[in-house]
Amino acid sequence: MGVPVAKIGIVPCSGEALPAGTVCRLACRRVLDKFRKDQTVAICLPLFIAGGEEERGFAARHPTITVDGCEKRCAAKATEMFSGKPAQALLIPDILGKRGISMPTRLRVFGSEEESAVQAVADEIAASVDAVLVQTRAEGKPYGDL
Amino acid sequence: MGEMAKKVVVLACSGIGKTWGALARETAHELVERVRPGVATTICLPRLVINDPEARRLVLEHPVITLDGCPKACARKSVEVLGRKVEQALETIQFYMAHKDLKPDGVAQLNEAGLKLARVAADELAATVDRLAAGEKT
Repeated sequence: MGVPVAKIGIVPCSGEALPAGTVCRLACRRVLDKFRKDQTVAICLPLFIAGGEEERGFAARHPTITVDGCEKRCAAKATEMFSGKPAQALLIPDILGKRGISMPTRLRVFGSEEESAVQAVADEIAASVDAVLVQTRAEGKPYGDL
Repeated sequence: MGEMAKKVVVLACSGIGKTWGALARETAHELVERVRPGVATTICLPRLVINDPEARRLVLEHPVITLDGCPKACARKSVEVLGRKVEQALETIQFYMAHKDLKPDGVAQLNEAGLKLARVAADELAATVDRLAAGEKT
């Protein structure tokens, strides 16, 4: 599939109809492009249906971290349905709640008001990547170094 | 738009890896928020992936336009697995092919040309939304 073995799959819900979906998308991109660029790969959730075995297989063979914007937990449920239990399942309202940060109310054109939410979620995802890498290394699985 | 007009569901690609997916989302938001508020509506595509009953009902009972960012056509296929064909299936690159002066760029956030292309695309889709809302076929 053209991706190195040393990767953790990030599965964002990326929900289009909720501000939390936008937070999710921006935070995941920050981790994928900057914070943990060499250790992560994006998995588009709907590809579990549209893409077939290749995408499901990747998520089944590699550890995944799901990031959901609401209690429906689409990313976590779909990953478990089509591939396997995620190594970690993050929920954005929980992440913001424990930091006392309000959920953004806009769907798009995020600016400085929404930045603290995006940054908090990105930090949490990055920390989860580190934790999963430590765990998989401890289990003797070659998923790469921090 | 009469009171009997139907809602029209606009389903956009959820991908976070390509500019064309971002263009799909922005176009859907333009339609829902600016061009045809109250008529065009959207839902999170992943809700169809997990077979959410409310999401299923929405796309089974209303006309659907899908906006996909790549040929894998996740949005269209997510409806088709429910056993129904969408009324209009589009790939967002089509809008760029028709407006090559507006080259979109960016994934997390579209550039200014991309945002303008989304506005143009939504304006062009307004007539399709109106026809579908009125119960006509595309």
